[in-house]
Amino acid sequence: MKIRLATVWLGGCAGCHMSFLDLDEFLIDLADAVDLVYSPVVDVKDYPENVDLCLIEGAVCNEDNLEILHKIRARTKVLVSFGDCAVTGNVPAMRNPFGIDNVENVLQRAYIENAQNNPSVPKADGIVPQLLENVRPVHEMVSVEYFLPGCPPPAARIKSLVAQLLAGSVPKQEGEQLKFG
Amino acid sequence: MAAKTLTIDGKQISAEEGATVLQAATEAGIKIPTLCHLEGVYDIGACRLCIVEITGIPKLLPACTTKVSEGMDVKTDSERLRKYRRMILELLFAERNHVCAVCVSNGHCELQTLAYSQGMEHVRYDYTFPKWNMDITHRLFGMDHNRCVLCNRCVRVCWHIEGAGTKNVSGRGAKSKIITDLNMPWGDSDSCTECGKCVMSCPTGALFNKGSTVGEMERDRNKLEFIVTAREKKQWIAADL
Repeated sequence: MKIRLATVWLGGCAGCHMSFLDLDEFLIDLADAVDLVYSPVVDVKDYPENVDLCLIEGAVCNEDNLEILHKIRARTKVLVSFGDCAVTGNVPAMRNPFGIDNVENVLQRAYIENAQNNPSVPKADGIVPQLLENVRPVHEMVSVEYFLPGCPPPAARIKSLVAQLLAGSVPKQEGEQLKFG
Repeated sequence: MAAKTLTIDGKQISAEEGATVLQAATEAGIKIPTLCHLEGVYDIGACRLCIVEITGIPKLLPACTTKVSEGMDVKTDSERLRKYRRMILELLFAERNHVCAVCVSNGHCELQTLAYSQGMEHVRYDYTFPKWNMDITHRLFGMDHNRCVLCNRCVRVCWHIEGAGTKNVSGRGAKSKIITDLNMPWGDSDSCTECGKCVMSCPTGALFNKGSTVGEMERDRNKLEFIVTAREKKQWIAADL
């Protein structure tokens, strides 16, 4: 039985997924060992049931992130916080210190003050998700089994962690394997 | 001076009376994790990373401010110590806004290095995301309070190596803040000699040379060591100046 692997992209820059694609020939080994059942790089719309392993990139920034995260937790055996945004909140969470008005303030700054044409905050109910009051790391919202920090974690560290997980062992992250930023 | 005999990690050691457990351990080649400690300035036990177990004392004591005594039995590494050291580090990360990915000290940071050494791959406490500002009014240096761990190294080098007394601490607890003189913009300070010792001493990216960007802030500790060696040993030896 192949392992059912998923990767998701919450509030992050996709750099962690770029790093994942940077696994080069290990991707071929991986393709033999797993079924990639959900990912930004495959065309599946809904997060499936019975997923064995899911790598989560990005912080929890908006209502969509939170909703899918709860779905992921309910349908997945092992979750990995994949990269600094998932592990710490990182850059997306830099709006939090601006307090209760941070959402309005960042939207104002991005879409009104810095807009060259048609300054307006995008608003489409059911299409553009509402930003949460605060950005949180993944493990503050749902339980997470393992953590892979790094901005982004380089391919070698992703390979090490994934290989250990596929081998059924508890991943060890020591020395060079552990780094933030 | 009288010598004291003690045991550290099962090793018989003799140390001078008045020496700290940290000094005795360092002399014996036993490494204890430290953060607020800086060679050449007095210790204040601010960070608690150097906590050790001493037989007969239920509390954990900081090695940097605990004096050696005759027959003392010290343990510098145990399950319990590792648990508390990691807890301290996680609390430091949760208390301010440490965003490694955009920090001038990324890759050269003592807080990061300590976190890795204690296997900290995430922070279990909720981040507090407090609001802190920056002081970039000085023409050469900047201070980002988001990255400050309140080790007070900058205050101690400013008062006791440079002798300027520009850097101070205001407030209490987590709201403590490193200030310039009586809490004025750094650039307006008359007492600051622009020597840069505070910047050299900082363990994180809180104090930095203006113009440095992500990962560029590498500390030059040689100048501090040079002055400390001159003061303590009366030898003007330049390592790599």
